[in-house]
Amino acid sequence: MFGEDGGLLRELLVERFNYCIYVVLLLIGLYAMIAKNNLIKKLIGMSIFQTAIILFYVSLGVKEGASIPIYKPEHDPHGHHAEDHADHKPKDANASSSASADAHDDHHEVQALTDEQTRQYANPLPHVLMLTAIVVGVATLGVALAVVQRIYRAYGTIEEDEVMKAIMEESQGIPSTKGSPKSKKGASKKRKAKKA
Amino acid sequence: MSENSIALIFACPLFGAVLCTFLGGAKRALCHPVAVVSLGGALWGGIETLRRVVASESHEISYLLGGWTLDSYPRGVGIEFRADLLGTLIMLVVIGVAFLVALYSKLTVSEETPEKEGPFYTLFLLQVTGLAGICLTGDAFNLYVLIEVAALTGYGLIAMGSARAAAATFNYVILGTIGASFYLLGVGYLYMKTGTLNMVGIQEVIVQQDLADSATMQVAFVFIGLGILIKMAFFPFHAWLPNAYSHAPTSTSCLLAPLVTKVMIYVMIRMTLTVFGVDFSFEETLWTKLLPWLVVVAIVCAATMALAQRDLKKMLTYLIVAEVGYMVGGVWIYNYYGLVGSIFHVISDACMTLCLFLGAGIILRKVGTSHFDGLKGLFRRMPLTMTGFFVGGFSIIGLPPTCGFFSKWYLITGGMLAERWEYVVALLFSTMVMVVLFFRLIERIHLAVKESGEEFGHGHGDLDLPENETRFDEAPLSMLIPLLLSAAVVLLIGIYNQDVVNLVESFLEPLNLPKGTDR
Repeated sequence: MFGEDGGLLRELLVERFNYCIYVVLLLIGLYAMIAKNNLIKKLIGMSIFQTAIILFYVSLGVKEGASIPIYKPEHDPHGHHAEDHADHKPKDANASSSASADAHDDHHEVQALTDEQTRQYANPLPHVLMLTAIVVGVATLGVALAVVQRIYRAYGTIEEDEVMKAIMEESQGIPSTKGSPKSKKGASKKRKAKKA
Repeated sequence: MSENSIALIFACPLFGAVLCTFLGGAKRALCHPVAVVSLGGALWGGIETLRRVVASESHEISYLLGGWTLDSYPRGVGIEFRADLLGTLIMLVVIGVAFLVALYSKLTVSEETPEKEGPFYTLFLLQVTGLAGICLTGDAFNLYVLIEVAALTGYGLIAMGSARAAAATFNYVILGTIGASFYLLGVGYLYMKTGTLNMVGIQEVIVQQDLADSATMQVAFVFIGLGILIKMAFFPFHAWLPNAYSHAPTSTSCLLAPLVTKVMIYVMIRMTLTVFGVDFSFEETLWTKLLPWLVVVAIVCAATMALAQRDLKKMLTYLIVAEVGYMVGGVWIYNYYGLVGSIFHVISDACMTLCLFLGAGIILRKVGTSHFDGLKGLFRRMPLTMTGFFVGGFSIIGLPPTCGFFSKWYLITGGMLAERWEYVVALLFSTMVMVVLFFRLIERIHLAVKESGEEFGHGHGDLDLPENETRFDEAPLSMLIPLLLSAAVVLLIGIYNQDVVNLVESFLEPLNLPKGTDR
């Protein structure tokens, strides 16, 4: 297990450090979401959980010594003319398809970069995906916070067991009918009064 | 116009949703017509797409947004929308169900969530956009985004109900996020290994580079599988579903209950057949050995829990959980007829669940409670509503000529041919439970027998009920017509089942699934 160069331990701690951290974060988040009693703490767990996945994806896209996928000057297929066409955006830098004449480009043929050249660029896709995932995460958190607010207004607490208790009492009080919103408001007011 | 019919499916509800946001303030009354019209447009796009898919030679149409190409290797740079027979059929079900619910929702929305028509229809249309998108997208990451679009709007729609619904929504948010995140993780591992997110592209890379034995692929498979099972409320992970759906506003539960779980089953089928491929997915692993037994446990437990309920809507939600077990089982017994049954059951279950929830919504509105005690003598009051409701019930039980009979027939045939007797027994057990459930309801609705067994009267002509509880008092037409339409669809799919099955079969034929007992 611990070979001459550290073997597995070295691999886990040095080469795969990101992945270890992501697993740890994932588990912390999962634990908080399932085991915590406070609704806000659950949401904090949810955020940690989603952040762990973002870390995982970003780690996928890391490449040592690579640059962002914008043409380096020496690779620019448009050469010094590029400045003349400031509005002419270069196509995907990673395009490995055969060089095809761009109909709009009347001056040059767009050359696909060679494998040797593309190796100097990092893959932007995982990061772009994570931009989307961050947006989704923010939206989820926003909706969840709004829901917690609604729960707090109705039951006067954000502790899960107390909410459950309030719901149980409510359903026992009016067993056969779905309580009208009025009676619920009344009940929650009473509960708040009791607390105060 | 016709070649852009796929884009129309998303564009109509999307722009309808934007319009509803703006109309939500001063011109609330316009939101309902906008929703109906935009879903009508989507429905036209859906039917047109199905027509084109059936007419095309390879039975699939590729639609690329933004002028990207599929020429590079691995396939696909941009996001591809890929309509094949499976996706198109499910998409059509989604749009059709949503259209009927939109028709139905006029009264319930203005009564249950007054002055919130704007937000409601915005979320409603976005939900439909998300669900229809899931059915047609050909990109694994895009699928995640659409799952979250559908989930987020679903949270909003459910939480619009009572405070109890908000409490249920919170659990849904937590479990839904765990499910979707697991799916996202799985997609990350897939991308790590194959370098593409296009579903067909992933499959091509797996075959060409022979990745079947790779541990990374196994991890991806398990993460994606777990995530989808949580999202579809498969039995041990079903905790979020019953409360969320039974406390949600009527129109919400009518929209979500038939669609969300079914669409997630579609995702599972898509992942196993298209992305990972038959050989990889059904390889003998711990997963494929364990899952059929979990299905048995799921069906039996969910059916038993449904039996214990005394509230109509709650009971129906447990039925959904049991039905999810049927369909997952149909996939994992690994048999051609099982898969035909599974896909057909996705379609028929969406229709019959819609029928039941529309009926339950009318009962809830008329009686004020969905508890069993409120049901007595209802047939005399609302004969048409109850007839529609019973058609849905008979279909869940599996009585011919409803569509539920034929899909269950295929499932059981598949189970027998694959010699999965435990699955067949579980299905039959669950059928028995549903017979008990629905005939207990029918007894109550017709004969008015009390919980204790004491009879009120001798038939629905003589119930000893006060005059005002027995006089003819049918549901308003805006609710009744969608219910009867959905009941008619349940019967029509049953009668024309061969046509639907033919479409499903021409999708499954090239996959070389085992048809007999040879495993």
